[in-house]
Formats: sequence, structure tokens, C-alpha cells
Amino acid sequence: MHTRPLSIAITGAGGAGVISCGELLLQGWARQGGLGLLRKAYGPQIRGGEAAALLKLTGSERYTAATQYDLIVALDWDNFSRFEDEIQLGPDSWVLCEPGANIPVSVAAANPRLLQLDMAELTATAHPDGRVNMVVLGILGTLLGVPTDSLCELAGKKLRGKPQSYRDAALACIEHASKTALECHLQVPACDSTALCYLSGNQAVGLGALEAGVRFVAAYPITPASDVLEWMAGGLERVGGKLVQAEDELAAINMTIGAAFGGVPALTATSGPGLALMTESIGLAVASETPVTVINVMRGGPSTGIPTKSEQSDLNIALYGLHGDAPHLVFAALDIADCVFTTSWAVQLAQHLQTAAIVLSDQFIGQSTAVISEPRRCRMQLAATASADPEEIASDSYQRYLPTDSGVSSLAIPGETNRRYTADGLEHNALGTPSASQSDHLQQLDKRQRKLSDFDFGGDWAEIAGSGELALICFGSCSAAINEAADLLRERDIATRSISLRLLAPLQVADLSHALAGCEQVIVVEQNHGAQLLHYLQGHINFQQAVHSYAMPGPVPLDPANIAQRALELMNHDR
Amino acid sequence: MTDSAKLKARDYKSAVKPIWCPGCGHFSVFNAITKAMAALAIDKDDTVMVSGIGCSSRLPAYVDSYGFHGVHGRGLAVGQGLKVARPDLTVLVMGGDGDGFSIGGNHFIHACRRNVNLTYIAMDNEVYGMTKGQASPTTPIDWDHSTLTPHGPGVRPFKPAALALAAGAPWIARAYSGNPNQMAQLIAAAVEFPGFSFLHVMSQCITFCPEQTDWKKIVHERAEPALSDADQAAKLFLHEDGFETGLLYSEQRASWPPAAVETPSDGAMDALAASFRVSTGVTRQ
Repeated sequence: MHTRPLSIAITGAGGAGVISCGELLLQGWARQGGLGLLRKAYGPQIRGGEAAALLKLTGSERYTAATQYDLIVALDWDNFSRFEDEIQLGPDSWVLCEPGANIPVSVAAANPRLLQLDMAELTATAHPDGRVNMVVLGILGTLLGVPTDSLCELAGKKLRGKPQSYRDAALACIEHASKTALECHLQVPACDSTALCYLSGNQAVGLGALEAGVRFVAAYPITPASDVLEWMAGGLERVGGKLVQAEDELAAINMTIGAAFGGVPALTATSGPGLALMTESIGLAVASETPVTVINVMRGGPSTGIPTKSEQSDLNIALYGLHGDAPHLVFAALDIADCVFTTSWAVQLAQHLQTAAIVLSDQFIGQSTAVISEPRRCRMQLAATASADPEEIASDSYQRYLPTDSGVSSLAIPGETNRRYTADGLEHNALGTPSASQSDHLQQLDKRQRKLSDFDFGGDWAEIAGSGELALICFGSCSAAINEAADLLRERDIATRSISLRLLAPLQVADLSHALAGCEQVIVVEQNHGAQLLHYLQGHINFQQAVHSYAMPGPVPLDPANIAQRALELMNHDR
Repeated sequence: MTDSAKLKARDYKSAVKPIWCPGCGHFSVFNAITKAMAALAIDKDDTVMVSGIGCSSRLPAYVDSYGFHGVHGRGLAVGQGLKVARPDLTVLVMGGDGDGFSIGGNHFIHACRRNVNLTYIAMDNEVYGMTKGQASPTTPIDWDHSTLTPHGPGVRPFKPAALALAAGAPWIARAYSGNPNQMAQLIAAAVEFPGFSFLHVMSQCITFCPEQTDWKKIVHERAEPALSDADQAAKLFLHEDGFETGLLYSEQRASWPPAAVETPSDGAMDALAASFRVSTGVTRQ
């Protein structure tokens, strides 16, 4: 049986250090052999405003966001109200706050058990320069059974760039507060995991990219994608690559294309508004057959939308944003660990198929940190693309855009002898010479389509689990939620199959149709308002099943119980 | 590697025939580029011509080197990404006044500031030629030949050299399409300059601006050596008529990025992956 997870929310003003507190606690927990997820919630801006560290300590690595919290630690209540939608309490919940604080109506209404503790006083006693977030860390460490010396060591490491006095204060707070035993009784999950990695989805994207050979990144800061770029800046330096901070996303994608034209695997990362700016040039990568990978960490849209919170509403722009007939690759990472695999797969396929790959991640998996087993890697054994033909070189008759059977033609890299050509966004003939003729246009359109349509993508296009009359289909980060919903449904005797799409374009129509064989009902689950995935699938799949939509926009994460409830209603109605 | 020592200018021309109108100044720029390449005995295989969109941006296909013809305004971004990733290549970026100073204006400013070691040739004919004669950022305020702006653009033109100086370009020169020999020398010097070299070429469009044939009467070669003092250069660029040709400004400044100091160790990638492992620390048994 699965262990009941323990969820803890720590809320405070942005800059008060609640995220650091959550990170250190989860790291200490991981050292003990515990599993868990740290989701980070911010107001509409990263700095200032409000922040919440949302911890979910679990017995498995299937990380869905917590829906109800067992313990809330409120550094102050001023900022709590902004998370009311996201931090739900029940009568069994505990609330730790300062004595005499005005408890918000919504919190009082849930009738939780209150633990009033003078944390400010505790902080002042511990050290004159102490900060309350470290006091909370000490208290929670004791509650969870994480040794104080472990937390102190982790805090010391995290603060190694700060002055000694700052570190002294933090350690004094942790130690002093660790002697406080809270009068609350929480069921703490067992710590018996051998999972040994601790990272965020954005870091996992960076790792997957570097392992796939990316050695150039052009970057323009944007929430919530910036930390992909920030991690890669340090990573590239260590493996011998280059990063350029561009003046805007238009420059970022074009610098990426320039580096890729030079034969260096290249990537850029952005979020919705940046992807919108990049789309013209992603089309250039498609037309000129220059391999590039674009990571899009989705957030609430349209326009500036809800920059710090998660949503899956960029599917349409990723699929359809390019003008003209521009076949390209679209992937979605399924969870934090899968960010390594999917990014790595995307980079390798972009290189092999000489086209643009868009990888969809989102704020939920991008900025959350989790304890995971060693992530699965993607090391493709790809047949070498048609290499330089000696005769061609000798006769100076290299045809960059030769319409081969596979559609993939030999790609020359500047510096190679007698393979000079001009890559062109203008339609061109096999040589690369600009052409407006119908026959050249048709030939090149067919070629660029063929290299995607005819390629064998293998079995990684989706993760499929279970079987039954009901199928839940999703893409990307909803994977954990539909799998948890499928478990809930099985407990209610509804056999359920879950299909999490990793490769969205080109859609593997035959494989997906085959995966649906035997199902009578399909629910397409996605975190957006317009049911973007549903409409995309309906455009390509001749469904033999009754198809339903479960489309909920962000920012509140999808609740597996609600998905299961929806399915139950549907199945009961059907009977 | 191709043996470049014996190549003549014409050997640097590809088989693709230019699409320009008769009398276009860009023919002269094309000739000057190939002349400069021959003079420098540039290796065709190690050279890349990068451009955006517009009449002048068609030039890469006409040169027998590697080339990249991108989208409107973004040539400098492509060129910088290429040069940073492949510092061993010789990179020339080219385009027109609309491409470089309007839609690509932000990239121009930041390329000047970033100072990546490449050459930028802006062929300025003060008009959008490919879209049939609309006013550009360098069109005279009262030029009323366009039906899009029948009373003239009504706003003052950019001064590209002043803009480049303010943005930090370390090497600024001007050429005229009517003097291809001087232009070829300037292009060769630009390529040899170890940083961002900006060559502003007054390249006439007699199709939409026939009055530009009068440029030959007003261009004048700079008699003095190039300025190296930014204050003096600012005075020159703000007050000159825009037709002084030659190397106008040159300062020594390290280009970006600096060469990598260390070569990565073999285990660097594994070490990065290992950095995500939970340290067992002091407590784990």
C-alpha cells in the first residue's frame, strides 16, 4: 500500500527565505532516505511580494502537487491570503504561527489546530542577527527527525558565499530552534528510499542538454525559464561550451541558429512571451534545416499572464505557431526526472533530423525540486547522416538540400573543404539557390515533411500504464496526476489505462490509436482552458471511443481526485 | 582548406547571378568584398557571409564561401552566435539600412557594445528597395517619393556612425559604392581588425532614389588618420554631412568573448551529473 504523504507549506514575504528553508529541509530529508517534492509558489513577481515553499514528503517518486496541507507554517499572515486557492486546509491540519496574530478568515473556517509559538522571540534569543526562516528549519527538522548537524552542514554549504557572521547566525538559529518540540502529531512517511538525486526540472533540462552535446546557449532572462539558463552558464563553462546573454529573444534564437549552422549543438530556453517572439526564426531553422532546440517552460498566459505559475497553455503555439508549412518536433517532459531524458532526446533528434525541436516543460516541474532515482538517460544510436561524398567534393557539386529518400541530406559544416553552400530561409533548390518555382517548393516541402513523417521514433513517444475500458490521455507534467487518478479509479474497480504523451509532433497516430484499442471512453486531461490537446488529437485521430475533455487552466495544479471524480461520473452515467 | 594564394577576386564569386537592378550600388560592394578576399587570400572554406533580408542581404549567395541568409534584421545575431561558437571562422555580416537600423536596430546597438570579432557591412541606400521604395531610418526628412509617406518621413534620419560610437563600436569606417577600390581596402582592414568592425557603405539605389547619383559630387575622403578619441569622434559624427569616407574611428579594445583559459577535463560531464547526487553528509549510515 502506498504511504500517506505529508504536506507542509511554509509561507512568508518574498525574500524572507521560506524557499531556502524548504530546500534545506528537503535536502536533509533526502539524506535520511526520504522522498519528497518542493514546489515553489510565488506572487506575480519572483522578488518581493509573497512566496511559499510547498513540501510534499512521500513514499513514492510519483510527484503530484499536494492538494491539502497537514501543516502550515506562516511566517506572517499578510502574505498568506494570496495563496488561499493553492493551500487548502482541513480539520486535521495544523497551523504554526506567531501568538496573537490575526488568523485569516479562510484559515479559521477550516478549523485547523493552532500551534502558537513566538518564533520572533526564539530567533532573537538564538542570535541577534538571526532570521526566522532558519528557526523554522530547526523546528521542522526536529519534527521530521532530520538531525540538526545535518541541517547545519547543509545550511553552511548553501551560505558559503556569505559573511561568517551570517553563517554563524543561521547555524545558531537552527540549533536553538531544534530544541523546540512542537505539540503536534504528524504521521511522517518512512525513509527507506535509495533515490540519490536532488534536482529541479530546469536543472534536469540543462543536464540532459549538456549530456546530449549542447555546447552553445543564447539566453534572455524570463520567468520561469531563467534558471535553465543560469544553471547552463556554469555547466557550459565546465564542459567547454559558450553562453551568450542576448539582447532579446529574437537575438537569442538567431544566435542559437548561428552557432548551430557552425556545427555546434545549440539551445535556447524561454517561456510563452519569448517563444512568441522566436517563432519567425524557428521557421527559419525549419526552412534552412538548421538543428536547434528551444526549451519552453510554460506559465500562465496569454500576454504577461501569470508569469510565476504553471499552465500548459502553450501547446497551440508550439504546434502551430510557425507560419507556412513548417514541420518540426514538439516534445513534452513528463516529470522532473524525465526532463533529462526528453531534452536529451530532443537535442539528438533535432541534430539528426536537421530541424527545430521545441520542448515543453512548465513552471510546476521546472521550478520544483524533487528527490529522485538516477534519471533515465537517452543515448541514441543513430545511423550517421549521409556523410560527405568524395566525388561531390572533388567535383564541387555538393547539394545541401538534396531530396534524399529519408528527406535528411548531408549537412556541411563551415570549414569543410569544397562543401560551401548558403543556408537559406528563402525557398531554394537542392543546391540551396533561392527559387520561387513550384517544383522546387514542392520538392523541398515534401523533403522537410518526409524526414519527420518517415522517421521511426520508437517506443518513447509516450509512457503507457495499465489497461481497461477507460483511457486517460495527457501530455507533459500532467502525467503524475493522471497516473494517480488511475490508481484511485482502480480502487473503485474501474480499470484505467494512462497515456502520457512525450512526443507531440509528429503525432504518432498509429501508435496512439493502437494504444487506445479496447478502451471505450477517453478523457483528455490538460492544464489549460481551451482544451488544446483534445482539439489537436481530434484533428489527427479517428477515435473509436467516446472522447471527453478535462481541461483546467492553472495556476492551481491539477488534482488527481477531481480527475478521478470526473471519470467516475462519466463511467457511472455510462452504465 | 583550399589553396587561396593564387585566387583572384572573380574566383570568390559563386555561380549564382545577382538579382539587383542595373546601376545598383551593391554590385560595387560585391566586387569590393571579393577583391578584399583575394587581397587577404581568405580561405573560402573558413569564411561565412551572413545576412538578413533585403536587396543587399542577397549577397551571401553570390560569394563562393559558406553563407547564411536568415530573416529580416537578425543577421548580426546569427553572425555573433556563429563567431562565438566557432572563433576559428572569419565572419562577415551584411545587410541594408532597413534591416540593420530599423527592424534589426537593437541587434546593431548590442553588436557594437558586445564587440565580437566580426565585420558588419551596412549597405545604406536610404530606402527599402525590395519592397519598392519606402522610407528607411536613414531617409532624408523631406524625401517625398514614397506613397507610404507622401509628405516625407517627417522625422530626422539616424546617424549610423554616431549611433555605433555611442553604443561602443571600436572600429567605424565609411565607403561609397562609387569608389570600390577604397571600399575593398576598408573591407580588408575591417576583416583584419580584431574586434567588431562597422563599415557603413553609401550604396546608391538609382531605381527608387535617382537623386543619389549626385552622391559622387558630395563624397569626400578623409584626409587625416582615423580618430581614436571618442570625444572627437562624437563631434565628427554628430556634425559631419555623412559623406566623409575612409577609416573614421579606431580604438584598441579587447573583443568578446575572451579565449577560453582552460580546456575542460574528461570527467567534467560526469562531475556535473554527480553534483545532483544527495551528499551522504555526516548522518547517513
